[in-house]
Amino acid sequence: MSSPDLSAPLDQGAPPQATRAGTPGSGAFRRRLPGSVAWHVGSLLILGVILYPVVWVVGASFKRSEDIVGSLDLFPGDPIATNYTRLGEGIADIAVSTFFVNSLVLAVGSVIGILVSCSLTAYAFAKIRFAGRNLLFTLMIGTLLLPYHVLLIPQYVLFRNMEMINTYTPLLLGKYLATEAFFVFLMVQFMRNLPKELDEAARLDGCGHARIYWSIVLPLCRPALITSAIFTFINAWNDFMGPLIYLNEPDKYTVSLGLKMFVDQDAVANYGGMIAMSLVALLPVLAFFLAFQRYLIDGMATSGLKG
Amino acid sequence: MGTTVTHAPAREALSRDSEPRHGPVKPARPAALKRRRRRENLAGYLFMSPWIAGFLLLTAGPMVASLYFAFTDYNLFDPPRWIGLDNFSEMFGDPRWRHSVQVTLWYVVVGTPLKLIAALGVALLLAQKRRGQAFYRAAFYAPSLIGASVSVAIVWKAIFSDDAVVDRTQQLFGIDVGGWTGDPDMIIYALVALTVWQFGAPMVIFLAGLKQVPRELYEAAEVDGAGTLRRFWNITLPMISPVLFFNVLLETIHSFQIFSSAYIVGGGAGGNACGPADGSMVYTCYLYVQGFENSRMGLASAMAWLLLIAVALVTAVLFWSQKRWVHYEEGAA
Repeated sequence: MSSPDLSAPLDQGAPPQATRAGTPGSGAFRRRLPGSVAWHVGSLLILGVILYPVVWVVGASFKRSEDIVGSLDLFPGDPIATNYTRLGEGIADIAVSTFFVNSLVLAVGSVIGILVSCSLTAYAFAKIRFAGRNLLFTLMIGTLLLPYHVLLIPQYVLFRNMEMINTYTPLLLGKYLATEAFFVFLMVQFMRNLPKELDEAARLDGCGHARIYWSIVLPLCRPALITSAIFTFINAWNDFMGPLIYLNEPDKYTVSLGLKMFVDQDAVANYGGMIAMSLVALLPVLAFFLAFQRYLIDGMATSGLKG
Repeated sequence: MGTTVTHAPAREALSRDSEPRHGPVKPARPAALKRRRRRENLAGYLFMSPWIAGFLLLTAGPMVASLYFAFTDYNLFDPPRWIGLDNFSEMFGDPRWRHSVQVTLWYVVVGTPLKLIAALGVALLLAQKRRGQAFYRAAFYAPSLIGASVSVAIVWKAIFSDDAVVDRTQQLFGIDVGGWTGDPDMIIYALVALTVWQFGAPMVIFLAGLKQVPRELYEAAEVDGAGTLRRFWNITLPMISPVLFFNVLLETIHSFQIFSSAYIVGGGAGGNACGPADGSMVYTCYLYVQGFENSRMGLASAMAWLLLIAVALVTAVLFWSQKRWVHYEEGAA
């Protein structure tokens, strides 16, 4: 596939300044007075469906295990905290905090890797004219659509031969080698929209690429960097398949794997605990979302890709 | 939108500071030009070096290796043994494999359109500027962020299990099919519901597309007496067709690769990894079982290549079809 085909629909979302206040369909609604009421009722209904599972898990986490499935009440009549306090006992002799520290290490490590490697690559694509650039760009876009599962087994074999199973290297190395094409693409799009005059002026002043990258382009790319950082953190936090394949000692497990272990071992005995931990595991992602939702949604809208 | 807004003032500030321009840059002498070009090439590949290393080591190399494994019998411990097309013939003869293909196709064919219809419908609703619009947009987007997590899969399993909320609600309407996750035929719909619940991501993209549609078009159509449906069909849909194409492409490719939710929602430990009677045994689940539980790395590689070919075919068909229904504005394509 060729890159222009893919970037065309993306570019449509790119210059939001050109956005009109155009609100399709609004004319029809405005003519009818109840339109506004219908709009709010509709939105609230959808909101209810969206929020239901989240509210459910909050309520269920304060219920006794045997009351969680089967009772229709969202919230228990006599809320209990034991589901949470029992998390202190850990899962299979591993403290719950261990899983959180592991996930945090991986997530922060991933963020650093993505920011460094993807911004360097994006700078080359966006700002340096070198031979073979278009070919490499097409290849990079191609990897966006490549199903990860094709790489799963050979990568596993590779890391196994390098005796890196049960380390975090297989989970992190790709992040430091810019294999997440989505973020390269996001940053390229952003850098291309930066005014050319800036780096031209800097070049006339005798600045090299390293200087332009560090002092001009990177500071201006802050929004794209923030968006990439948050998406990377959330993806790393949610990642299940990677840790499932590469980690096999419970004390190295991430939160996702810890939860899975909970499901497999303790779910029958301590169903409430599993629900409580599910909720706790979501908290970092929800916090990031609340703090940065604008960056996330804008990042989504401009480049239109899954995180 | 934050990004452009932030850099627009910066652009002004910086261009004010920069030197006034003296026309086009003077053409350099050939020797100097050559030197500069070489320097640019060097800089380019230097900046690109992490990506190039990653591409060779973690993408291109593994793809070649995987293609080779696909024609071998490989259990990780003994060296791979060439067996030609045996993996493929074993696959096609394996009822469990055919079942996983069926489950996956069903999931893609039912889940993707439902999700996109929900996304477009809600985007049309939210495109009207009303109070609370930004709040709703954010709230509807949230499931796309947490939907891939093990936590949500666990919650989903609980909500759709026997005697839980969904089951009880069905009973209110006199439908007695039990919880979905315990039923081999129904569990896939619990997964479909999970993907539809995450309609927020394509919705945000639709919204961005809808904002680009020039208002004048609607006004002109209204003058001509076109009804809501006509306007949607003749203006909105063609105008957002590039965004629609993009969403269809990505969501379809994405659906083919569903793993975690099927594995957790359907999950028990070990053997029945993917649902009662393999009800949620999607393609990647079976790939995982064959590769990592049965140590059939050759067979799993063959499965992965078939998945790649299927995804490539779908992509090709979509790109081919876009000439017929995707309208790019002049200059955009």
